[in-house]
Amino acid sequence: MTGKMLLKGSVALAKGAVDAGCRYYFGYPITPQNDIPEYLSEALPRVGGVFIQAESELAAINMVLGAAAAGGAAMTSSSGPGISLMQEGLSYLAGSELPAVVVNITRSGPGLGGIVPTQGDYHQATRGGGHGDYRLIVLAPYSVQEMYDLAGEAFRLAFRYRNPVMILGDAILGQMKEPVVLQGKKQQLEAGSWALTGARDRPPRLIKSLYLKDGEMTVHNWKLHQKYGEIKAKEARAEVDCPPCCSLVVVAFGSCCRIARTAVDRARRQGLRVGLVRPVTLFPFPEREIREAAARAGRVLVVEMNTGQMVDDVHLAVDGAAAVHFKGYPGGEVPAPEQILVEIEKIIAEGGLQACRR
Amino acid sequence: MSALAQKQVFKRPDCLKENLFHFCPGCHHGLVHRLAAEAVDHFGLAASAVAVIGVGCGVFLYDYLGIDCCEAPHGRAPAVATGLKRARPDLFVFTYQGDGDLAAIGTSEIIHSANRGENITVIFVNNSIYGMTGGQMAPTTLAGQKTTTTPAGRNPASDGYPIKMAELLSLLPGSAFIARVSCHTPRHVRQARQALRRAFQAQLEQRGFAMVEFLSACPTNWRLSPGQAVERLEHEMIPAFPLGIFKDY
Repeated sequence: MTGKMLLKGSVALAKGAVDAGCRYYFGYPITPQNDIPEYLSEALPRVGGVFIQAESELAAINMVLGAAAAGGAAMTSSSGPGISLMQEGLSYLAGSELPAVVVNITRSGPGLGGIVPTQGDYHQATRGGGHGDYRLIVLAPYSVQEMYDLAGEAFRLAFRYRNPVMILGDAILGQMKEPVVLQGKKQQLEAGSWALTGARDRPPRLIKSLYLKDGEMTVHNWKLHQKYGEIKAKEARAEVDCPPCCSLVVVAFGSCCRIARTAVDRARRQGLRVGLVRPVTLFPFPEREIREAAARAGRVLVVEMNTGQMVDDVHLAVDGAAAVHFKGYPGGEVPAPEQILVEIEKIIAEGGLQACRR
Repeated sequence: MSALAQKQVFKRPDCLKENLFHFCPGCHHGLVHRLAAEAVDHFGLAASAVAVIGVGCGVFLYDYLGIDCCEAPHGRAPAVATGLKRARPDLFVFTYQGDGDLAAIGTSEIIHSANRGENITVIFVNNSIYGMTGGQMAPTTLAGQKTTTTPAGRNPASDGYPIKMAELLSLLPGSAFIARVSCHTPRHVRQARQALRRAFQAQLEQRGFAMVEFLSACPTNWRLSPGQAVERLEHEMIPAFPLGIFKDY
């Protein structure tokens, strides 16, 4: 499909997935992401695909595993508590090296929390969340257009690296409406010589994550590590807007970055030299982009809708090359641009004017 | 008698690899593996079958069956099989699960797969104990049975009752064929073979969910000799888990 449409974020994501070749969806209802299964329950059968409302998130992620094992382009979606239940399956998908896309339209937590938007699942998404030594590829859209685009990108990456990919949205991105340009560019999601298709004219295949023989697991772990290294080298993405002689760089992702964007624009209109870096991939984390911007400005302000999670990755990326400040808004508190602007002004005032480092 | 007049009446099933089974002496998993291999051969499914393997002593099925296999997390084999079969309806998909896998941690997945009438076949091995983890109580452990976590014997008042999955699943409209069999005597093996063929046939005819529950001995964790274990199966397990066909399409 091509053209331009006014779409809700969740629907844009679901549409992007189908346009990219997704044919199998398995999920369990949870607020605030129900527009995704509701849309797909109608859209997938229309293109010869399969939609199943599973009995639980545990079942849903394992149905994804089964469809992926057969070489299918499969996805599920949920929100915080449901994503927690899927961690077992995510670990198995990673260990078995199967492609799959998992969408987290986050809500607040811990526990049942609330249905308001937060970014409290950053650690869970980027640190794996399930057991074992593995990584998810994590994409963070910040507009309805990106909800559509990154759904397709998620499937490309999942099949390219045989790895589960998570799209980390939130209730704002899921519910808001914006115009979306539909690409209609169907990609080839080809399963390789690993998919279970029946052992006709070839030796039987096995998809597994159990390695009991001496040394086998170590070999498998290093193999996965090497793959994650390749992903880090090739797939890290960030949007960087740092004019020359910035005295502060703001780092934010997802919907929070939309607000930070407004704050940065206002600061610039006041004559303050402020840059903005928005990670598009949370794993791999765009370390180089952030390190370079931070080293030039000397000061970084990380803004998140949580009590401080991505800031850990910023610290690792900056590695002492700049002072890292943090401002968090947890539990559904969505900051106004003025609040972030106050933080920007405060940090610049405290640090005083500094010579241009570049 | 000339060589030409000889007819081979018994052989290793074609899809059963020549690997030695890792199972303990007197365990019935090997027999159930063989029956599964025979059923695959019988219907000519070696090139289209996928086994989804649960966690337990049966997890190494892929070492013995020469067909495509997929490991599933503990209890989730019916969900994995659902995804596989829905993605590739032309494949023949069966699960191989133990009692802890199917009747404890995976009760939700097995009930809802049956209830959706998923066109899959389930091989369920019930030996009334957790074999691989060393003899703990299973959901199918008999009342009074001693295990490493019920050292005084299973007390239904605090530990619950042995769960009868065949009876339970036969109540669901989505199930097409449900049977409980044993393979502790040649006669029982023949009955089990027929039941498993019927359960395979159900999927080939797209009748919906089919399951065969195999009662099995676990001499090691029952702390009995293989001979004593067969006696126990006959006199204690079968009265608690009656054999028979509970549902047939």
